[in-house]
Amino acid sequence: MPGTPTEIATRHLAETSRWKPLEFAFWLVAFGAIWLLPSHHLILNEIIITALFAMSLDLILGYAGIASLGHAAFFGFGAYFAGIFAIRVIGDPLTGLILATLASGALGFITSFLVLRGVDLARLMVTLGVALVLGEIANKMTWLTGGADGLQGVMMGPVLGLFEFDLYGRTAYVYSLVVTFLLFLLARRIVVSPFGLSLRTIRDNPLRARAIGIPVNRRLIAVYTLAAAYAGAAGALLAQTTQFVSLDVIALHRSADVLLMLVIGGTGYLYGGFAGAIVFKVLQDVISNWTPQYWTFWIGLILVILVLIGRERMNHRVAVLWARLRGKPEPRPRTIVGGH
Amino acid sequence: MSAALETVGLEKRFGGIVATDNVSFRLEPGARHALIGPNGAGKTTFVNLLTGVLQPSAGTIRLHGEDISAMPPERRVKRGLVRTFQINQLFAGMTPLESLGVAVSERMGHGYEFWRPAGSKSVVIDEIVEIATRFKLVDVLEERTASLPYGKQRLLEIALAFACQPRVLLLDEPAAGVPEAERHDLLATVAALPRDVSVLLIEHDMDLVFSFAERISVLVNGALFTEGTVSEIANDPRVRAVYLGESLDG
Ligand SMILES: Nc1ncnc2c1ncn2[C@@H]1O[C@H](COP(=O)(O)OP(=O)(O)OP(=O)(O)O)[C@@H](O)[C@H]1O
Ligand SMILES: [Mg+2]
Repeated sequence: MPGTPTEIATRHLAETSRWKPLEFAFWLVAFGAIWLLPSHHLILNEIIITALFAMSLDLILGYAGIASLGHAAFFGFGAYFAGIFAIRVIGDPLTGLILATLASGALGFITSFLVLRGVDLARLMVTLGVALVLGEIANKMTWLTGGADGLQGVMMGPVLGLFEFDLYGRTAYVYSLVVTFLLFLLARRIVVSPFGLSLRTIRDNPLRARAIGIPVNRRLIAVYTLAAAYAGAAGALLAQTTQFVSLDVIALHRSADVLLMLVIGGTGYLYGGFAGAIVFKVLQDVISNWTPQYWTFWIGLILVILVLIGRERMNHRVAVLWARLRGKPEPRPRTIVGGH
Repeated sequence: MSAALETVGLEKRFGGIVATDNVSFRLEPGARHALIGPNGAGKTTFVNLLTGVLQPSAGTIRLHGEDISAMPPERRVKRGLVRTFQINQLFAGMTPLESLGVAVSERMGHGYEFWRPAGSKSVVIDEIVEIATRFKLVDVLEERTASLPYGKQRLLEIALAFACQPRVLLLDEPAAGVPEAERHDLLATVAALPRDVSVLLIEHDMDLVFSFAERISVLVNGALFTEGTVSEIANDPRVRAVYLGESLDG
């Protein structure tokens, strides 16, 4: 499509924020599953919550370039907050969800200052450390959290005062799906905004980002806070829909799994978390049924293969294949700009 | 009248190396000033100090009379002190359109707008296109920066600095790697900046230096060796001695 440079520029920038057909299809299927897969609502609920959690990590990893080994800190905090709030204050899901989200965001804001210090490896260790500390606090404060026995007796009221949680997970799935969808809509707007673009400059080259006037630290604090709030929302959804919280919500493997999901699904386009969560959960289901004790072995092997082949290259092969099938010119392989 | 940019007793040590040695330097308002010196003289280090990438071991930096020695880099940019890099520093995964768009949006104070899609303001688009036209980037606006040919990447490197609307512009070997034929074009674009923009050019190509600059400072071993008009420096036998045996195209 030709045009004046201004038209081309406007069109190109508008394109990144326009919905693609595949996106409509994805959400249509996700909502369709409410009626089409009634017997799978429990696992679907788990998947959509995990996907929201993975998307929250994508916000900092895929868009701002911060790798975290302790993102479950916020997921776990949100879960415990929502669970304890339901027991001690009121069982209204939305009130609990909103407060848990805000509280997790506040925790993210406070810990973001630790994460700003240092780069890559140091950051990884700080995020890991924060999650370990919080996990141990949850373990020791038995009177509040139930410690190793888990938080018992979470009783949730009906969503909006109308929809009781049922045994088959229907209300749970609809509730989690709608919340995830709304949070996704917000995230999708954010990543194509001037703020979102500035995050990508930080991911690509923080030195240059500063040199064009971007306050890098403040932007990182902002997005880290946002991602923590999202993770907390996911945790709160899990606590509310399963009416149980155990130390598992904040365990190291949860942080590792969610990272793995992004490796599987890809980062920096928001759907990576969804794709990764679906593949991960389905694989987990299939492999555990087939050979229960070797689940970690297989998932580990898949991780190694994915990293060795390199997702980018794999995506490129898929793109080439697609181009051949459609008779389009082949895309160029991605190369990296000369080092800093 | 205060200088556009001024340093007093500026010093930077890396362990035992004194990379910047007691440099007191003035860049006059509207200057077209060149900074030359052999490889390793400390030119890039000087720019890193001025822009806040590095913290000085001693000394003061003033921008339009204001002490900016302890100011973070991005605030210096907001005050009009902008640089380019000797080695390209670009956003590999983004297009030139997006990269320029971020720089322009940021300058206009839109950096925290999270609700509006980037590019929904026509003032931003118009400015991106204007800069892209000036730097011959129009036909690659939608390509991923990492896949651009080197020459285009170099132009984008400079264009990004222009998008910040500098009042003081520091160019660290902008023509490095640019084909001979296009170097003068590039420098002409720089020279065409409004006269109230002060420019400091670091360059090894003496033809470019002599055609662009009105004043020249020479840096040797981290210290200011001499400073003068173009003809003073061109005819200074000591400067020739410094450069003797040095490759001029490093
Ligand atoms: N981060 C650093 N750590 C240690 N030494 C450094 C560092 N940066 C620069 N140096 C040293 O400081 C001296 C000046 O380097 P600088 O890059 O500023 O020189 P230059 O004049 O820009 O050279 P060129 O013309 O090759 O670009 C060199 O001896 C260099 O090795
Ligand atoms: Mg240099």
